[in-house]
Amino acid sequence: MTNTWQDIKNANVVLVMGGNAAEAHPCGFKWVIEAKIHNKAKLVVVDPRFTRTASVADYYAPIRPGTDIAFLSGVMRYLLEKDAVHHDYVRNYTNASLIVKGGFGFQDGLFSGWNDGKHDYDRASWDYELDEDGHAKSDPTFQHPRCVLNLLKQHVSRYTPDVVTRICGTPKDKFLKVCELIASTAAPDKALTSLFALGWTQHTVGSQNIRSMAMVQLLLGNIGVAGGGMNALRGHSNIQGLTDVGLLSNLMPGYLAMPKDAEPTFADYMKTRQFKALRPDQVSYWKNYRKFFVSLQKSVYGASATADNDWAYDWLPKLDVPIYDVLRAFEAMNSGKMTGYICQGFNPLQSFPNKAKIRSALGKLKWLAVMDPLETETANFWQNHGDKNPSDPSKIDTEVFMLPTTCFAEEDGSLTNSARWVQWHWKAADAPYEARSDIEIMSGLFRRMQAMYRQHGGAFPDPILNLNWSYLNNDSPTPEELAKEINGRALADVKDASGATVLRKGQLLDGFAQLRDDGTTTSGCWIYSGVWTEHGNIMGRRDATDPREQGLAQNWAFAWPANRRILYNRASADLEGKPFNPNKPLISWNGSKWEGIDVPDFVPTTSPSAGVGPFIMQAEGLARLFARDQMREGPFPEHYEPMESPFPNFLHPKVATNPVARVFDSDRAQFGTADKFPYVGTTYRLTEHFHYWTKHARINAILQPEEFVEVGEVLAREKGIGQGDWVRVSSNRGAVVCKAYVTKRLKPMDVDGKPCHVIGLPIHWGFTGAARKGFGANTLTPFVGDANSETPEFKAFLVNIEKAAGPVA
Amino acid sequence: MTDLQSLDLRRRSASEDTPPSIRHQPEVAKLIDVSRCIGCKACQSACMEWNDLRPEMEEFVGAYENPHDLNPAAWTIMRFTEWEDEAGNLEWLIRKDGCMHCSDPGCLKACPSPGAIVQYANGIVDFISENCIGCGYCVKGCPFNIPRISQADHKAYKCTLCSDRVAVGQEPACAKACPTGAILFGAKEDMTAWASERIDDLRERGFDKAGLYDPPEVGGTHVMYVLHHADRPSLYAGLPDKPRISPFVQIWKSAMKPIALAGLAFTAMAGFVHWVVAGPNEVQPEDEAKAQDILKHKDRT
Amino acid sequence: MVARYTTAQRINHWITALCLILLALSGMSLFHPGLFFLTALFGGGPATRAIHPWFGTVLLLSFGILFVRFFHHNLWRREDTAWVGRIGDVISNHEENLPEIGRYNAGQKLVFWLMSLLILVLFVSGVVIWDQYFFNLTTIPAKRVAVLAHSLAAVAIIGVWIIHVYAAIWVRGTMHGMMRGSVTPGWTFRHHRKWLRELARGR
Repeated sequence: MTNTWQDIKNANVVLVMGGNAAEAHPCGFKWVIEAKIHNKAKLVVVDPRFTRTASVADYYAPIRPGTDIAFLSGVMRYLLEKDAVHHDYVRNYTNASLIVKGGFGFQDGLFSGWNDGKHDYDRASWDYELDEDGHAKSDPTFQHPRCVLNLLKQHVSRYTPDVVTRICGTPKDKFLKVCELIASTAAPDKALTSLFALGWTQHTVGSQNIRSMAMVQLLLGNIGVAGGGMNALRGHSNIQGLTDVGLLSNLMPGYLAMPKDAEPTFADYMKTRQFKALRPDQVSYWKNYRKFFVSLQKSVYGASATADNDWAYDWLPKLDVPIYDVLRAFEAMNSGKMTGYICQGFNPLQSFPNKAKIRSALGKLKWLAVMDPLETETANFWQNHGDKNPSDPSKIDTEVFMLPTTCFAEEDGSLTNSARWVQWHWKAADAPYEARSDIEIMSGLFRRMQAMYRQHGGAFPDPILNLNWSYLNNDSPTPEELAKEINGRALADVKDASGATVLRKGQLLDGFAQLRDDGTTTSGCWIYSGVWTEHGNIMGRRDATDPREQGLAQNWAFAWPANRRILYNRASADLEGKPFNPNKPLISWNGSKWEGIDVPDFVPTTSPSAGVGPFIMQAEGLARLFARDQMREGPFPEHYEPMESPFPNFLHPKVATNPVARVFDSDRAQFGTADKFPYVGTTYRLTEHFHYWTKHARINAILQPEEFVEVGEVLAREKGIGQGDWVRVSSNRGAVVCKAYVTKRLKPMDVDGKPCHVIGLPIHWGFTGAARKGFGANTLTPFVGDANSETPEFKAFLVNIEKAAGPVA
Repeated sequence: MTDLQSLDLRRRSASEDTPPSIRHQPEVAKLIDVSRCIGCKACQSACMEWNDLRPEMEEFVGAYENPHDLNPAAWTIMRFTEWEDEAGNLEWLIRKDGCMHCSDPGCLKACPSPGAIVQYANGIVDFISENCIGCGYCVKGCPFNIPRISQADHKAYKCTLCSDRVAVGQEPACAKACPTGAILFGAKEDMTAWASERIDDLRERGFDKAGLYDPPEVGGTHVMYVLHHADRPSLYAGLPDKPRISPFVQIWKSAMKPIALAGLAFTAMAGFVHWVVAGPNEVQPEDEAKAQDILKHKDRT
Repeated sequence: MVARYTTAQRINHWITALCLILLALSGMSLFHPGLFFLTALFGGGPATRAIHPWFGTVLLLSFGILFVRFFHHNLWRREDTAWVGRIGDVISNHEENLPEIGRYNAGQKLVFWLMSLLILVLFVSGVVIWDQYFFNLTTIPAKRVAVLAHSLAAVAIIGVWIIHVYAAIWVRGTMHGMMRGSVTPGWTFRHHRKWLRELARGR
């Protein structure tokens, strides 16, 4: 989230698209209700299904799964045509006026630079025209045909309301009504908040879905303001924390990049990191990259990381591929390249696409170690549960280790919520039986491995032997110790520019501004610096004081970065530093510094007239309507059909699907076609459940006991399916037999004159736990991922449905 | 499920005694704002958690209602109705069902067991299980079809409005758990005032018939709904448009009781008076003689 | 002595009678709060609630046998109508003004048929509200009608029962018939002369 949960109440329009906030985030959804009640906000829901969120919406419009980019491009076209844009914001705070290279173009579904052989783009042309100083050229009058705004207008001009209706199946009047509601927030004192989740990410064009909405928000001037923003509602209490501390294989803590094969030396690595400002007077915060990196290395390798060994850069692994995401991991497993797997805190057999492939892959492992508080399907993948898990234990050699862990309530620690709040929590109960904390288990593994390396040597023992590991009890570091390590401390006295000592040796840092690149500071995750300072555990603060009742509560826990609650908040004020919305100000310029109820996302003493753009993490300091080379599909979003779709791409039939989507050749053969699988399947979570865990809890099992699918009344009539009948839903990868819920909430959409039927598949049920056994919706889903994030396409794929006999008891 | 130390009784089933009532206890109400409810069932889980109830895990039968109906261990459930208006616009009406805590409770009226059903001064209607005999009369008396008889212990159960929590100044568990504030709890007066603000808001949003459900037919209730379609409560999974205690129950439990007892007493009394006035009908000696005649001359008749 | 009831008939009657009394006591205790104390006779409220329908079941069986035994004696005859026409004489003990009557007079027959009818109503309505076993067989609105019908019929049957008992006390010598099985010839002559003649002929 750029903003916070509480800040949703400041919105004038709440758009829930690409998510189902009421269903999946019922607690956070209270702020939507607050916005409705106390701010007269309108709630707009765009979703293939009439969801629980839609049930309390002011306006609902249906959309065919996987066509959000067409819809949002249509919205952009509407805003530009009706001039419903926040002009000052777009001119001064976005790259609308920057001029793009002449070589850039778009034709027949492909951007310039396409290489058919490599199946990828050469992105060199996706950039600004630079002047002799290396600064991007601009035309604030928007006359230049290749300024970003004009290119954008041209790009979205194809998405007329008729085209949107034809692609998305959204009735034209409903589409226009949604446009009108969205456009109402172009006024400087109005804001729209975009709440989204996996409904946007779980597509082959997931990142571009979100980017499309971000562009809409930029045109409306809704980024960085109270009640605005792009608000990703994370699906797990700590999934934000997972990405923050670098659990993705291409990231290190604090979103520092994992080195690649192409960066053999530290110098190579740093070359592309501290990028140069693209506009005169601009500051880029990434100029501090070296400080973050060196402090991280000092934290990881301690005294062994020195200037002489390039801060132990050589000990870091180098990526040979862009990312070892889960799809790649299971592909490697299934093809016999990965033979051991430590599965910590998730349940791949239930959650990853194409369950049969996951099962097969696990069966090829030599060993599998599962760390989890609960007994998972993954740990029991070898068991035979009939059609629901047709394994043959006699043919599986995998040795499975189950390591019971504590759960969140059985340990101290922190959780990072969607709003980037790092909140400390305290242990509530002792863990049962032999369960140990993840920290203790990982420490045990590490200590034994280290001992073995020490004893036997090995190909490359340095990274293991030199790891900084110094805790009160080395077999079980405490969460407090780790939190302090993540925060960072001074290894020598730290002085400021005037030479005054700001930190004495050994003291905890106040924040990342104190980090140094000379090895005198450590920090395990620079953006978390400030979580545990000399003032104590900042994450444990519980002061709800909220000066303007705008939901910021600065003294409640800690929000990264720097306890900032709303990112890009400099953009909430105009070029003179006055808030665009005087009723909901965040920060303003008082003549000598920025002040307000939030921590400025800006240099606090830099005057608004200094010509520094508000988006200080970007080289040009401006928000990007044109993404340069940062997105794999292209600088503008373009509508591509889901990898499995019953419809052609009306815009460019030859490039129907995302040309750079993550597909492995072995999976391509498993895609189905519309002649056999004519309906669109989509998966989702029910509010009664939390992913795959809560089936172990009796109350949740009582509230939604048994697997089912949702079928619209029209299709059910066609297929002779009655309420509660048994049905068989199949894709080219498998079949699920369960009961049908015939509903009015799924209506066929008229797509180019043909009906599009959507079949809803709630995820959850497996073969462990208290609830009734089920197949799991991932039996059906395709093994294909988004081009940028590799997130699997769970929201749109092809299925068939037919009436079935019930299972033989 | 009661705390008689801190809650005074207003009424007690099958009892004529005047309950103590000198303490000031304002009437309370739970306000369920259907327009804010997202049907997440947090109230259902909170109810199970607080009251330590674990109904059977059922099957899926083609509805989001689980359990499918109220039962002795499920004192509240969400009921879901997919409704299309005349113009074909779909609404998903979600209503939390459970005891309405009527001011004029049909269950209490029907109950034959002294003190098995009580109404506190604050308006909460509570079943005192130890006094319950399991006759099921409350089921017949209730205009909302709420009480359920347990097959395990043959006692009636329903929502207590968390009288144990309210007695110590807390809100009911469902209100505490509701994430969107769709369930509010407080003085009935305050809830009614807040409801009218909500109704104004709903009317501004195009629900002209929005209103408060506090049916006068049962003297008002201590669980009230804000409905978008207050003109048609029955849209919401059959919430009664005009709930009232059945006339059969009314006759049975009001006029009939004294009339029947008086009638029986009169009959017995009439016998006694007859005895006094007319005396016994005794066999006379001549009857015996004539009988012997008949028996002896049996062949002559 | 004239034999009026066999041992089996008497046992049958008294089982029925006992059931009816127990039913009346337990039923009344659940009908009026003022009589709830009567539940103590049956071990408390829940026990009373549980056992009442079982008394009813026994009564139904027992009365059913009684009905088969006696219904043909209770068929209406011409003299019964005349007897009813002289009800004033009946009440004022002017037996001499009444027509000769067979084994049962019209009053006894009315008691018999009213009992039969009311027991049927009570049993059917009772099953409808016997929630412990049959809750799901009927609807709640049906139960509301049933509970009213059950209580009305119960009050009626208790009234009939009071008349029946009083008549047995009032008409001296009757009780012996049901207690010991026999009545005196004089009693038979006085109250059921036609039956006496039939007996005399039949011997």
